Amino acid sequence: MSLKHKNLLSLAPLSVEDIQLILETADSFKEVSGREIKKVPALRGRTVVNLFFEPSTRTRTSFELAAKRLSADVINFSPSSSSVVKGETLLDTARNIEAMQADIIVLRHSSAGAAETLARGVKSSVINAGDGWHEHPTQALLDLYTIRERGMAFKGLRVAIVGDVAHSRVARSNILALTKLGAEVRVVGPPTMIPLGIEKMGVRVFHHLDEGLRDVQVIMMLRLQLERQGRALFPTIREYARLYGLTSERVKMADPKAIVMHPGPINRGVEIAPEVADSLSSVILDQVANGVAVRMGVLYLMSGAN
Amino acid sequence: MNREQERLIMDAGDIARALTRVAHEILERNKGVKDLALVGIRTGGVHLAHRLAKRIQEIEQAPVPIGDLDITLYRDDLSLRKEQPVLRTTSVPFDISDKIVVLVDDVLFTGRTIRAAMDGLMDLGRPAEIQLAVLVDRGHRQLPIKANYIGKNLPTSREEQVQVLLEEAGEDDRVVILKA
Repeated sequence: MSLKHKNLLSLAPLSVEDIQLILETADSFKEVSGREIKKVPALRGRTVVNLFFEPSTRTRTSFELAAKRLSADVINFSPSSSSVVKGETLLDTARNIEAMQADIIVLRHSSAGAAETLARGVKSSVINAGDGWHEHPTQALLDLYTIRERGMAFKGLRVAIVGDVAHSRVARSNILALTKLGAEVRVVGPPTMIPLGIEKMGVRVFHHLDEGLRDVQVIMMLRLQLERQGRALFPTIREYARLYGLTSERVKMADPKAIVMHPGPINRGVEIAPEVADSLSSVILDQVANGVAVRMGVLYLMSGAN
Repeated sequence: MNREQERLIMDAGDIARALTRVAHEILERNKGVKDLALVGIRTGGVHLAHRLAKRIQEIEQAPVPIGDLDITLYRDDLSLRKEQPVLRTTSVPFDISDKIVVLVDDVLFTGRTIRAAMDGLMDLGRPAEIQLAVLVDRGHRQLPIKANYIGKNLPTSREEQVQVLLEEAGEDDRVVILKA
């Protein structure tokens, strides 16, 4: 059993077996991350380029740490977003990077489909680290890993994804992954933040948070992109927090053993109350720790010789 | 697997007697179980390490710490392979520093696995000593590596395949040569 994909652009083409393989591979790297010497020689001589057109600390650091713990050489390339004029420039940048003999390019870009475009234009493997509102596959994989680590089975698992689903690549990747694994996924948010026709992805839509949370085992909060305020998605942050903020009262609607997840960075007091973020049911910091192990797994599996 | 193409080298009794002897040799050389630890190399060595640990415990009436080592990440051919091999987890639930670690594997062949295992072990701590126990030494070394404890020396040709089949993996205990 091995990963037959050259690129990781989306969760859509991955089979259930592919996902299981990635999660099991991450188990081995979780053990490595717990060692005193957190480094293995598996990717010695390989070059990983983090190409980030959008600011990101968490994801870039996580990929960087993952690559370094595998003994790969890492280059961080962050062209200022103002100089980016879509396709042409992206490919030009990519050609420069290829000339440096990169084996794997990790791309973050504000345009949906950028990773796909890049993958077609270069010989290196491409990992999508977030493209516009489209997908963020490694985030979904680390979320799956965190759920599985808590001993929860995916089949029949009740998951609520709460917030601005329409503009969330995290939500899209998670919906694809979770429904594939047989989970029962709900999306919860105001009508302006739930795309029309999302039921076709196999999810149920709730506009009322208390109803959406009823008996769920996993609560996945999305970050409210505050920069979107004023675009008529919601009247005020206060109103959003009142209607869709996760408080400890509302957590009680869910299964008593439910876990609370958030891809970060969190807006305390907006989508999530501080006491919930810091509660025992919160696995937010586990997600960060698992992110490194899962990304090590993905880098390892994609590092086969071309 | 087609049994007709197998040549039987050791049966269950042979394996049991060899392991008993190796357990005694380990204890004799190290004067008991003080600071001793066994680490089996996945997957064949893991079962054998557990069997040795059981014998050592019976002889000395004292437990010996035991771990499993997956050497995949330390292989010397990772950058040459098209698809990466499946990883298994390493589980060495004790500090190996200052311990006498006996690596256990089923078949000693080129020595490349043992090189990888020693590198893997060194990343977990600084053992006082590393020793090597194998059930079968079939020769054809490509690295300067030698076992301290050998169940059976087995002259082979390079093309032949030696397999250690064990109950723990759902087989009848035996060591066979598969005809090429």
